[in-house]
Amino acid sequence: MPLLAGPVCLLLHHPRLSWGLATTASWIAFFIALTLLDQVLSNGTITYALGGWAAPWGIEYRIDEINAFVLLIVSGISAITLPFARTSIEYEINPRRIYILYTAWMLCLTGLLGITITGDVFNVFVFLEIASLSSYTLISLSRDPRSLTAAFRYLVMGTIGATFILIGIALLYIMTGTLNMMDLSQRIPAVADTRTVKMAFTFLIVGIGLKAALFPMHFWLPNAYAFAPSAVSALFAGTATKVAVYLLLRFFFTVFGPEFSFDVMQSDRVLLPLALVGVFAASTAAIVQSDVKRMLGYSSVAQIGYMVIGISLVSVLGVTAGILHLFNHALMKAALFVSLGCVVYRIGSTRLTDMAGVGRAMPWTMGAFVVGGLSLVGVPLTVGFISKWYLILAALEQQWWWLAVLVLVSSLLALIYIWRVVEFAYFKAPADPAREITEAPATLLIPTWLLILANVYFGIDTSLTVGVAERAAKLLMGTAS
Amino acid sequence: MNPAMAALLAVFLPLLGAVGIVLLDKHPNLRETVTLVTAAALFLVVYSLVPAVYSGHEPAAHLIELVPGLSLALRVEPLGLLFALIASGLWIVTSVYSIGYMRGNDESHQTRFYVCFAVALSATVGVAFAANMLTLFIFYELLTLSTYPLVAHKGTEEARRGGRVYLGLLLSTSIGFLLLAMVWTWYSAGTLDFVKGGILRDKLDPGLLPLLLALYLFGIGKAALMPFHRWLPAAMVAPTPVSALLHAVAVVKAGVFSVVKVTIYIFGTDLLRDTDATTFMMWIAAITLLAASLVAMTKDNLKARLAYSTVSQLAYVTLGAMLVNTTALIGAGMHIATHAFGKITLFFCAGAIYVATHKTEISDMNGLGRAMPITYGAMLIGALSIIGLPPLGGIWSKWYLAIGTLEAGQGIMLAVLLISSLLNVAYLLPIPIYGFFGKSSKQPNAAAINEAPLPIVIALVFTALGCMVLFFYPEPLYGLMALLFEGQ
Amino acid sequence: MEIFGLYNYWVVVVLMMIGLYVVVASGNLIKKIVGLNIFQTSVFILYISIGKLKGGTAPILMEDPASYSNPLPHVLILTAIVVGVATTALGLALAVRIYGAYGTIEEDEIEEQESTT
Repeated sequence: MPLLAGPVCLLLHHPRLSWGLATTASWIAFFIALTLLDQVLSNGTITYALGGWAAPWGIEYRIDEINAFVLLIVSGISAITLPFARTSIEYEINPRRIYILYTAWMLCLTGLLGITITGDVFNVFVFLEIASLSSYTLISLSRDPRSLTAAFRYLVMGTIGATFILIGIALLYIMTGTLNMMDLSQRIPAVADTRTVKMAFTFLIVGIGLKAALFPMHFWLPNAYAFAPSAVSALFAGTATKVAVYLLLRFFFTVFGPEFSFDVMQSDRVLLPLALVGVFAASTAAIVQSDVKRMLGYSSVAQIGYMVIGISLVSVLGVTAGILHLFNHALMKAALFVSLGCVVYRIGSTRLTDMAGVGRAMPWTMGAFVVGGLSLVGVPLTVGFISKWYLILAALEQQWWWLAVLVLVSSLLALIYIWRVVEFAYFKAPADPAREITEAPATLLIPTWLLILANVYFGIDTSLTVGVAERAAKLLMGTAS
Repeated sequence: MNPAMAALLAVFLPLLGAVGIVLLDKHPNLRETVTLVTAAALFLVVYSLVPAVYSGHEPAAHLIELVPGLSLALRVEPLGLLFALIASGLWIVTSVYSIGYMRGNDESHQTRFYVCFAVALSATVGVAFAANMLTLFIFYELLTLSTYPLVAHKGTEEARRGGRVYLGLLLSTSIGFLLLAMVWTWYSAGTLDFVKGGILRDKLDPGLLPLLLALYLFGIGKAALMPFHRWLPAAMVAPTPVSALLHAVAVVKAGVFSVVKVTIYIFGTDLLRDTDATTFMMWIAAITLLAASLVAMTKDNLKARLAYSTVSQLAYVTLGAMLVNTTALIGAGMHIATHAFGKITLFFCAGAIYVATHKTEISDMNGLGRAMPITYGAMLIGALSIIGLPPLGGIWSKWYLAIGTLEAGQGIMLAVLLISSLLNVAYLLPIPIYGFFGKSSKQPNAAAINEAPLPIVIALVFTALGCMVLFFYPEPLYGLMALLFEGQ
Repeated sequence: MEIFGLYNYWVVVVLMMIGLYVVVASGNLIKKIVGLNIFQTSVFILYISIGKLKGGTAPILMEDPASYSNPLPHVLILTAIVVGVATTALGLALAVRIYGAYGTIEEDEIEEQESTT
């Protein structure tokens, strides 16, 4: 659906119309994702052979609990940020380029949904490139010239990552003669001891790690987030890295199987320390940033670290925590970025010093930011608390005290960087008192608060998220036995 | 009214009040009426729960399930009811007082002030009525967050620094220790409900109990155990009504209340007594008690001195809880009440002096007592009550605490209590004494000083009388506390 | 024999290293893109080598060929080449716009300008 909408947007050549189309398309995608999730939950895995060729020769689309869940996140975030994008984008980018933005947006969405849905590893690569190419475009569309260099850097890193994935896929194909994920998972154990497969594994993980901005391969991310238009940052924060983490899960558990990934390759021993260092280094980096958007970028790197920690615990609880955090972090980061979008709309900057005193002028916007920030810290009644809870529980289950303590300490770092913003916004006098700042328009506020309410709602009523995450985790771990 | 409904209503009523206050932003008189009406209604609602609890019921309300097996739920038990009664009752008095104070000082952002106050009260009642540790934790955090704007109210550099220390210490201890302790408990016991006799028996290696207990006690940063007491003096930059209600009553008492609650309902007194897990924390409490008293003596700023005095008095309650016998726990529970009345009186007086003279240092206050006799009279009563002299309420709680130490066979702790009481005399009594008899040489315009505005005076007289009433009628307090241990 | 028999794979590895080195070491944006291209091309060759069988023929319009090259990797790599071309095009377009904005395509000079603004 979004794939169809993309080119049409280009043809329409009209900002409003292309926006309308993009929004409709993504809402439809969202509802399709909802029904898919519902069906998967009640009927089990759905498969669909593209072009009529049966698997393993044809390209197969395969939907189980986990990717139905990720589909829901991706399409949901896109559906909510698009209404926000209209007003915000008109302000932030050149009006003549707006239709390009929506075209790229749709392509990016297609790519992300495609990666999630497909059951074929080469198809993953193709969709990955669709998503990446369109996201380079999205970032470069901002008015700030620095977005160009940010996009270029992202392009270089992204292409290297994608090529690594390509090499990994080639090596796998050499050894097994198939590209279908299910087929791969059956054939790999037979050849698991060869060096080729191990190389393939390494190439794939490094490639995906680059895309997921896994520490220490995260350098492209903060700049890319900081200079992209706000709505685009929100989309990326909620979706792009999440899909990469999903791929990581997919390859670890489905394609290679936990036994190979963790017993043979012992990747948990590498990932866990890296993720921990990532959480701390990125959080500390976030504390010293003077630009709030960039700060949130670093914070994203840290949060991805949490997901990887969850995954590398290799237990049902740990993976549940990882998947939960995937969902929850998408919600909170998107909420934070859109509320920053409101700030940009009114004061034209996200530098900390320029935000002095906005709390009083824009109570609703900053209220949203505070709630989102608290969610990031993990204060109860927000989604952040639920994922922290599960993560700690998973750590305790392994009797890893130090890990539980470190996770808690790191959330205090989040408290520090969020609170710096709050203090500036509420308790500093505006730098330029003469300037009149008013509240952001309702078209921006409504989507912002929708996201915030989702943050609170899923923090209180967790039956959906926890239930699905748990089932998905069991499914992933279950493929091992 | 159905008691379960009343419990729910008690939590939501102040929130409703807060909404009303926001809506009436532009009409100060109506706004303050709403505050007072809400406060009165809250007290009535809480009071309506008393008969049910006395007859042995524990009204419970179930709100929502967060994670399978873990829900937000309320249950009213005697200790919580006692705490809610004190908090809601003193809210009325404080509201009257703060109207006088805020207007007298022309403070800014008054609406924000009242709103945060109401939200804080809602959180306090939530803490009081929590049916499990998770609910308690949530309201505890809400209390911290809602009082932060109150602490940083003035918006000056100093106020913000105070606010930062306040928030940083309270949130970091609660997330760093308390949350960990909670998850640990949940992991070992499979529940977080408050159950009489505790939930940890046979669930955890006894050797680990002291560690878990330390996590809980340090995690409840609001109980101000050293070395996590720094937030309390820092929070004294807040306007005085905030210091009074929040730092003599709601916030700090939420801390020690949680300590008592954890002792009784999570660990269970029998378990703690059997395993001697409390020794280490008991010493920490004793050290806090003495050290804070000593620090208080060196402080010249009146509010800072009161703050350290609070730290020391809170340690009494923690100490009582750590002695884990019925008498000491009754003493601890009563001390929550008697100290609340005594300390709020002292804070009210400090505020009254500030409104009338804008003085904050004790050494500048010589001779003020002659100009403000009512204020200083009330201050004397409050000080005596905290020291624990008859005919004031403070004696009862100290009495039970002292007997508790003897019952536990901790002679040293008895000595600690007595020494600390002497220190109380040394740092509290001089203030009113110099106020009455000191030379007022430094005040050329002494004649210009009058009593503080009427609402302030009414409030502080009321709480001072409260101290006296508690001496003559301690039965309701004792009765409630004794209910806790019935059948054990 | 073994080593020389696999010479195409050696070419792949050498090209890959050259490409990566250029990407990392070069400060010029255009040269970076060239490096990226070399890097990608090496992977293309890898794919083509997988499928090719000595003496094999293309399995098109033939009944039951005796030995044939596996067409699948070749098809895949067609897609990958298209992707590579798109990436290059986008990269070059970005480079043009960067030149427009900064007046240079040397990375260190751009950084200098960014830090001053």
